[in-house]
Amino acid sequence: MSVTLSESLEPDAVESREHLPGPTSKRRRARPRLTAKLVVGSAVVAAIVLFAIVGPFVTQNPSAISDVGLQPPGDGHLLGTTQTGQDVFAQLAHATRGSLTIGVVVGVLTVVLSSLFGVIGAYAGGVTDEVFNLFTNIALVIPGLPLVIIISSYVPNKSIWLIAVVLAITGWAGSARVIRGFTLSLRGRDYVLASKVAGERTWRVILVEILPNLIPLLASQFVFAIIFAILGEAGLSFLGLGASNSFTWGTMLYYAQNGLALRLGAWWWFVPPGLLLALFGAALSLINFSIDEAINPKLRSQTRSQRKGWRLTDKQLEAVKEDAL
Amino acid sequence: MTTIELRGVTKDYRVRDGMRGSTLRAVDDVSLVLEPGRTIALVGQSGSGKSTIAKMLLQLERPTAGEILLDGKPVPRGRRGRHAYRGQVQMVFQDPFASLNPYHTIGHHIARPIQLHHPRLSRAEVTERVHDLLRRVRLHPAATFAERRPHELSGGQRQRAAIARALAPSPGILVADEPVSMLDVSIRLGVLNLLGDLQRQEDLGVLYITHDLATARHFSDEILVMYKGVIVERGPADDVILNPKHEYTRLLAAAAPNPERRLAELSS
Repeated sequence: MSVTLSESLEPDAVESREHLPGPTSKRRRARPRLTAKLVVGSAVVAAIVLFAIVGPFVTQNPSAISDVGLQPPGDGHLLGTTQTGQDVFAQLAHATRGSLTIGVVVGVLTVVLSSLFGVIGAYAGGVTDEVFNLFTNIALVIPGLPLVIIISSYVPNKSIWLIAVVLAITGWAGSARVIRGFTLSLRGRDYVLASKVAGERTWRVILVEILPNLIPLLASQFVFAIIFAILGEAGLSFLGLGASNSFTWGTMLYYAQNGLALRLGAWWWFVPPGLLLALFGAALSLINFSIDEAINPKLRSQTRSQRKGWRLTDKQLEAVKEDAL
Repeated sequence: MTTIELRGVTKDYRVRDGMRGSTLRAVDDVSLVLEPGRTIALVGQSGSGKSTIAKMLLQLERPTAGEILLDGKPVPRGRRGRHAYRGQVQMVFQDPFASLNPYHTIGHHIARPIQLHHPRLSRAEVTERVHDLLRRVRLHPAATFAERRPHELSGGQRQRAAIARALAPSPGILVADEPVSMLDVSIRLGVLNLLGDLQRQEDLGVLYITHDLATARHFSDEILVMYKGVIVERGPADDVILNPKHEYTRLLAAAAPNPERRLAELSS
């Protein structure tokens, strides 16, 4: 047996050297694949974010009234004016900033709340899990719209932050359930047990061993929460329940509706905010799809165009048929 | 030098079945002693309680009855006691594809136990020990492997990295829960021999959990056969294999391929 022992070690050692991966592998893992979806989505999002940051500095005062009401685009007003002569482009810049602020605030709050309740409950298990899960389920069924109506009747001066907090409170539970499910599958993995055996503290097991593996999921939940918040806020504002004295895409649409923009044919008033809303939502969805594909490669492999690529050309098909005959 | 003793250890699990509950006795009154330099093989079929014993040895589960003694003393309650215990008892998991965190480098996996159990070492000293451990499990060049992530390694390489992690706190007892069952047949012997060499170098007490009688006989001094939570047979390795007393051991021995018996059958 001793002969086989020494021999068996040698090929093993050789195998180790042959299996050495190349030096490029570290970068390969660091970023997701640059698919068309990701590129288009990120480009649109980047453009809109840039507009939200820079726009308000270079435009006029969005609230300034003038006597040129409902002027079509051109001649000093890039996107025309509203009924009371306010510059639509300036309003759009401020509205973009307002909507994105709400989106980001709600996105961050949602991720923090949902990972707090999802991860800790699922990791702790037992009574803690039951309590956290019950709380999540209750939050899941709190209806957002009636809650905001109630709040708006009590608070006369609603800030943009209040709306963001309300949207976050009504919106975090869904993603908490998703995160909980994923954590339940992670916490029983051998590497979590191994880190416990190594003597890691509980908070370190959660933060260092489990949370990094949730990053793709958290990223997609974050993006989803932003879409949810911006659309939700637009809906609330359109109903007149939004933040007072603020500009968002929703309030622009609300004032356009109130000013009979549709009936007067003032398309430059309601098309820009509506279009940006749709574009931004679509772009974030594209980013979300590519994150999903990164998490689950099965979603990626068989698109229609790729299946077409595998197909034989007519010439090849003929050749195969002839061979078969 | 570490000795660990299981004395009459029993583990019950509550099984919920709708409103009614019942208890499942996974391990029933098991006693065994792990001593430095000795390998004990725990053989049994799936669900016989082998892995439950491993979990209790690592303080991942608490025994329902009986006690676990480290150097003759019961394991202290609380975090600090458990921490000291885990510096002495370490484990190699079954599945090398699941036991390494895909997010972290191999170096991280080995450095953490060193940092946890030897907090006074400087960063350079920790790195030096990581490389030393990687060299000892024959992952050359160590510096390159330390930077790799688990998915870039083959199964055998991962399992050797997992062995290096288990050895990182310099334990006296090593629990190996079917360390080669998920590996390619061609590299099993290499990993087992590596474990054997390390055991001799470190004078480790090893509990080798397996369902493979052949490797159990080859690598261990003593074999315990478990069946439905009870140890049905125990004794020196050759005795258990050559003169099986219990029904189940005979079944196991008969299931292993035996060329001599087969040749005898063919010739008759």
